[in-house]
Amino acid sequence: MGVPTDRKYLKSHEWHKLDGDVCTIGITQFAADELTDITFVELPDSGKEISAGDSFGVVESVKSTSDLYTGVSGTVTEVNDKLGDEPELVNNDAFEGGWMIKIKVSDAGELEKLLDAAAYEAQLDG
Amino acid sequence: MEKTALHSTHKRLGARLIDFGGWEMPVMYRGIADEHHHTRTVSSIFDVSHMGRLYFKGNDAEKLLDRVCTRNIAKLKVGRSGYSHVCNERGGVIDDVIISRFEDKLLMVCNASNREKMLAHLNAQSADMKVKIDDQTKGTVMMAVQGPATMELFANALEKSPIKIGDMGRYGFVTGSYMGVNFSIFRSGYTGEDGVEAVVSNMVGVLVWDRLTADGGDKRPTVKPAGLGARDTLRLEAGMPLYGHELNEDIDPLSAGCGWCVDLEKEFLGVEALRKIKEDGPRRKITGLVLDGKRIARQGSKILSGDTEIGEVTSGTMSPTLEQSIAMGFVDAEHSEIDKTLTIDIRGTKVDAKVVPLPFYKRAK
Repeated sequence: MGVPTDRKYLKSHEWHKLDGDVCTIGITQFAADELTDITFVELPDSGKEISAGDSFGVVESVKSTSDLYTGVSGTVTEVNDKLGDEPELVNNDAFEGGWMIKIKVSDAGELEKLLDAAAYEAQLDG
Repeated sequence: MEKTALHSTHKRLGARLIDFGGWEMPVMYRGIADEHHHTRTVSSIFDVSHMGRLYFKGNDAEKLLDRVCTRNIAKLKVGRSGYSHVCNERGGVIDDVIISRFEDKLLMVCNASNREKMLAHLNAQSADMKVKIDDQTKGTVMMAVQGPATMELFANALEKSPIKIGDMGRYGFVTGSYMGVNFSIFRSGYTGEDGVEAVVSNMVGVLVWDRLTADGGDKRPTVKPAGLGARDTLRLEAGMPLYGHELNEDIDPLSAGCGWCVDLEKEFLGVEALRKIKEDGPRRKITGLVLDGKRIARQGSKILSGDTEIGEVTSGTMSPTLEQSIAMGFVDAEHSEIDKTLTIDIRGTKVDAKVVPLPFYKRAK
């Protein structure tokens, strides 16, 4: 398996990939697999301010409803509109095409507090 | 945790396993929606060996079942099965079961999570009776094969055997022994599709599963495995109650829309309470709801009319067949009329929902 090492993670399975001062957030393939068939993703509007630890949306699957959390603070600049019609993108391509939101981060240092790939994987086994 | 005889088969197939009523069971193999669609269009096989299988022998077997069941068991003919509830004194549902009458015995199939409770109840109720209760749950495999192609595929699989299932009507069953193996095949199920449920010994069950799921080649439809996830979405579309959701010890069969399996003319445990409910009319009724949008209402979500709470959701899902968010719940009787628009509070978000007739899905005849 192996999760991408170019990003940081929350225990609640969101990945955060920083590019300049914009951070893209999605959920891991492990989480998508656990949720099974994802039927709906509710995302915030662009322009919304969110803080680290906030819930920024909801993911619905056949079996459950789960909140989505951000590990960084900032302003939402873009959401993945494709997920409206194709929520299954999250199941099929969680780390790329299934991305959820982009945030202009207010403090890139917050990323340092998140788990790296190895730490994220390690706690999956525990 | 208990394991069925098919446990290693599920592992080999890469199923995701979960704890279900104390049994480690497959929730899915390929994906819930995929397994759901295959059941609606072709045929799927489900391991339901976790369900309780209790056999009753002795002079008082029928008397015991007529004491505890809402259905009239004396009227159940040999070779026939019937759905029934078992109620407490208040008319609440202890479990929902299927009773089948063999030549020399009766069978109760009950929910896995209620098996021990049911055994205790039956033992208490039969203290003065001559009846032997034989729990065969762990010695046999039970498989449900469901979907429009099932009867043909099953007949093909049995074509070199003397077992004939062609004439069996809905809720009929055949039983016998072939090459020293006892089997029973019931034309019943929990998906809203035609199909069968088969009980055989553990060892043979594993072989039957492999035989039925063997790839028939390009030209022939194939029975594919399906898990409890698809079983739940299928039964919900078919408007069938699930114990712990639409049924529990505080819900009566009449409110749950199962009055058709209750014979108020006979005496049984809970009948007086049920006669009273029948006379007064149920306060709340099981109600089908189609939601606006794609959010899913889960068990426990409140149902509102205006700002007034008038009910609660018992099950909800994104219907793979209808591609709509559907739910069942109990709604105050005066608000449960068809086409009425209600509101469901999904974790703080108010969503409109229209009352629709159950079931949500009905197969073409």
